[in-house]
Amino acid sequence: MNHMWNDSSTPDTTVGTVYDAQRVRADFPIFSRTVRGKPLVYLDSAASTQKPQAMIDATSRFYAEDYSNVHRGVHFLSQRATDLYEDARSEVRRFLNAERDEEIVFVRGATEAINLVAQTYGRSQLGAGDEVIISAIEHHANIVPWQMICQEMGATLRVIPINDHGELQLDAFEDMLNERTKIVAVVHVSNALGTVNPVREIIATAHRHGVPVLVDGAQSVQHLPVDVRDLDCDFFTFSGHKIYGPTGIGVLYGKKALLDAMPPYQGGGDMILSVSFERTVYNETPFKFEAGTPDIAGVIGLAAALRYFRSFDIAAIAAHEQLLLSSATARLQEIDALRVIGTAKEKASVISFTLCAVHPHDIGTILDQHGIAVRAGHHCAQPVMRHFGIPATARASFGMYNTMEDVDALVHGIHSVLEVFT
Amino acid sequence: MDEIRDLYQQVILDHNKNPHNFHKMDDADSALEGFNPLCGDHYTFYVKFDGETIADVSFEGSGCAISKASASIMSTALKGRTRAEAERLFELFTSIVTGKIDVVEHVAELGKLAAFAGVAEFPVRVKCATLPWHTLHGALQGGATRVSTE
Ligand SMILES: Cc1ncc(COP(=O)(O)O)c(C=O)c1O
Repeated sequence: MNHMWNDSSTPDTTVGTVYDAQRVRADFPIFSRTVRGKPLVYLDSAASTQKPQAMIDATSRFYAEDYSNVHRGVHFLSQRATDLYEDARSEVRRFLNAERDEEIVFVRGATEAINLVAQTYGRSQLGAGDEVIISAIEHHANIVPWQMICQEMGATLRVIPINDHGELQLDAFEDMLNERTKIVAVVHVSNALGTVNPVREIIATAHRHGVPVLVDGAQSVQHLPVDVRDLDCDFFTFSGHKIYGPTGIGVLYGKKALLDAMPPYQGGGDMILSVSFERTVYNETPFKFEAGTPDIAGVIGLAAALRYFRSFDIAAIAAHEQLLLSSATARLQEIDALRVIGTAKEKASVISFTLCAVHPHDIGTILDQHGIAVRAGHHCAQPVMRHFGIPATARASFGMYNTMEDVDALVHGIHSVLEVFT
Repeated sequence: MDEIRDLYQQVILDHNKNPHNFHKMDDADSALEGFNPLCGDHYTFYVKFDGETIADVSFEGSGCAISKASASIMSTALKGRTRAEAERLFELFTSIVTGKIDVVEHVAELGKLAAFAGVAEFPVRVKCATLPWHTLHGALQGGATRVSTE
């Protein structure tokens, strides 16, 4: 499955530069279909990515050949399913370069991961007058869980401001940190603007004040190499479906000492060592956070997706996507009526834009008639929209399978939108 | 691309560009907010009654071409109508944009509202076309002052 540079059949002297997105597309069966009679131009990977055959096969193979519940039986299949499930945990650990498997908790997605931290870490650490810091470009998933727990505990939510490029104002951040700050939770890559936040710097700054940091990596792991030990983040979250894996599965990484000290999240089977009506002894990390039968097939599918993804050089995928991003940005900016929202120096794979006098919803409908899938709306980031004084944007986002032809189609599509509206 | 032309008919584009009755009304009998949380369409509608008759309708806010043109054409269509007539138009309009009845049989009655028949081919856009009507309907029934499509 190594379609990457250094393919043994083609002696390649430009090692590290050849990334063949056309060949990658062949691994994604969805691209053999048409949409409204046109080839599919999928520019909505930030909402969710398409699926490689390897992931689809791993999931159906598990159901067809290896299926059973996990952690519960002495019988052959239960052992087999448990092995696959725990191997998947190791796969995620390698992917994030975490130190130990126990630091990987399976959850439904980034949303549940953040809720878990807010409800366990937050509930046990926050008191009246304490503070939680997030940023002005968070997804609602990294706003509302903190708002809820702050309200409950009498704590205050503070927000790192942004400039008009959509970049965080780090001086303001440093000033916000104080002895009442209990946690900082920031997005790695903004889904609405594409901004790549300097999380390493944010983490170092927070740690100087003794404050732990949660990084919402829902939009970063599929676009940049991530190493949680190198970042030194305390928590890291991502969703399987945005990195070519199944829906309904995601990951919370947490440093073991923090996870160990946290109370459990939900109660039920698997998260206990012993139960009586008088007293229950909780299971160890990570099992104490995984109550009930987990999404076993989802976990196995996620591991298959990560193996597929890791069969490439992630830096080469990133470079390819940067090429698409810069080309699309340059060409879209040639269109007078078009305004790119989010012009940070460091961006990944997302272009949000508005067209003078054409609402994003109308852009989306017309592009759809050309078989082009983009997202139109507030992207679950209403505070971001408010900052830029707009109700919504149209957003094109790239994945490992997009090509320059997709960029061409987008540019032509925008011109045809303008034709309808002039 | 014929469906696109059917959806974005010239009347709709014109009303989107230059909406009628697009202003605040200070002496309105009722002011209602309508919004679609999914795409951020957000309008306020103002109505003034003269007994059973709708004396004046206006609106302000922002949204897509379909919702804005719908609000504009609705405002012109409802002025001077009785509550009962407005109710009838509401039923007719929602049936047309959801494709429940055929527009050709009601062209005379619908007037410019017939331009929205193309919406039926775009199920995700039906809410855009009906948002103004659902909001106004609330006013006619003296109900909620805030209407959301979700
Ligand atoms: C930055 C960011 N955080 C969190 C989420 C939530 O992810 P999920 O809906 O998969 O839980 C998303 C999804 O759009 C996102 O883009």
